[in-house]
Amino acid sequence: MTIGAATDDLVIAGRTLRSRLIMGTGGAPNQTVLEAALLASGTELTTVAMRRVDAGGGTGVLEVVRRHGISVLPNTAGCHTAAEAVLTAQLAREALHTDWVKLEVVADDRTLLPDAVELLRAAQRLVDDGFVVLPYTTDDPIVARRLEDVGCAAVMPLGAPIGSGLGICNPHALEMIVAQAGVPVICDAGLGTASDAAQAMELGCDAVLLASAVTRADDPVRMARAMAAAVSAGRDARLAGRIPKRFWAQASSPPRC
Amino acid sequence: MIIVAVNGETHRVTAGVTVAGLLAALQVPTEGVAVAVDAAVVPRTSWDRVVVDGDEIEVLCAVPGG
Repeated sequence: MTIGAATDDLVIAGRTLRSRLIMGTGGAPNQTVLEAALLASGTELTTVAMRRVDAGGGTGVLEVVRRHGISVLPNTAGCHTAAEAVLTAQLAREALHTDWVKLEVVADDRTLLPDAVELLRAAQRLVDDGFVVLPYTTDDPIVARRLEDVGCAAVMPLGAPIGSGLGICNPHALEMIVAQAGVPVICDAGLGTASDAAQAMELGCDAVLLASAVTRADDPVRMARAMAAAVSAGRDARLAGRIPKRFWAQASSPPRC
Repeated sequence: MIIVAVNGETHRVTAGVTVAGLLAALQVPTEGVAVAVDAAVVPRTSWDRVVVDGDEIEVLCAVPGG
């Protein structure tokens, strides 16, 4: 492989993305910062949420995203049941003209952890309804396998709870998901800083999805740049093949005779 | 008059009003939105549907998130 020359695109459901960093639009202090951060991240796909429209409320976030040719990935954030999530996805498809959905079905508002039972139910229904389903899931390898089995186009295990910035709490679980997955694995949620994103990629994830780590950083634009570099570095490191960890030293200089 | 709920708020509206007419009367933006009545999507092509007493109508749009 020629360094920097080979194409290493991410392909999800037949669609090619050059950037392996998917950025969310939530949490930014204002639209100007969000726009600058999105650009600095180099993302080609960004999440939005669906909420009740208020009179006079605009669709500002869509204008920002579309101005730069970034594709929209609606989520079902805030849904607690499969029924709610399915309806929200269907409304998003109608409003945004995309059949892609980041499927979120969370158990409660304190942990925001996925409810695996409802998630799987919603995933099945949405796949049957023709959606390209990207489920936000726990780091349970068996749940990930079940989601793939029902036809999800990717699986998106968490690193840690949404917005926690704790990084990857169970690296081994992510490695197991990667080892068995036949669809792209996207580490979604819980990342705090660039080394977390690099670690996700080094573990073999195909992409990283994050929002708060950038939008709530002191300098979101700089953090977006750092994340883009980290994802790229982590991907390279994964493909390069790291050396095994050793208990004892191994000299890198020839022995003296 | 009939009573319907739009995004959780109760409204008294003229009988026979359509979904499109209701959105216009309430000055709800219609670009980039989607409508559900009683938890079922009403595609834009069916916004000439007449709303009936007791309908629960949701109008959603994209906001920053995720």
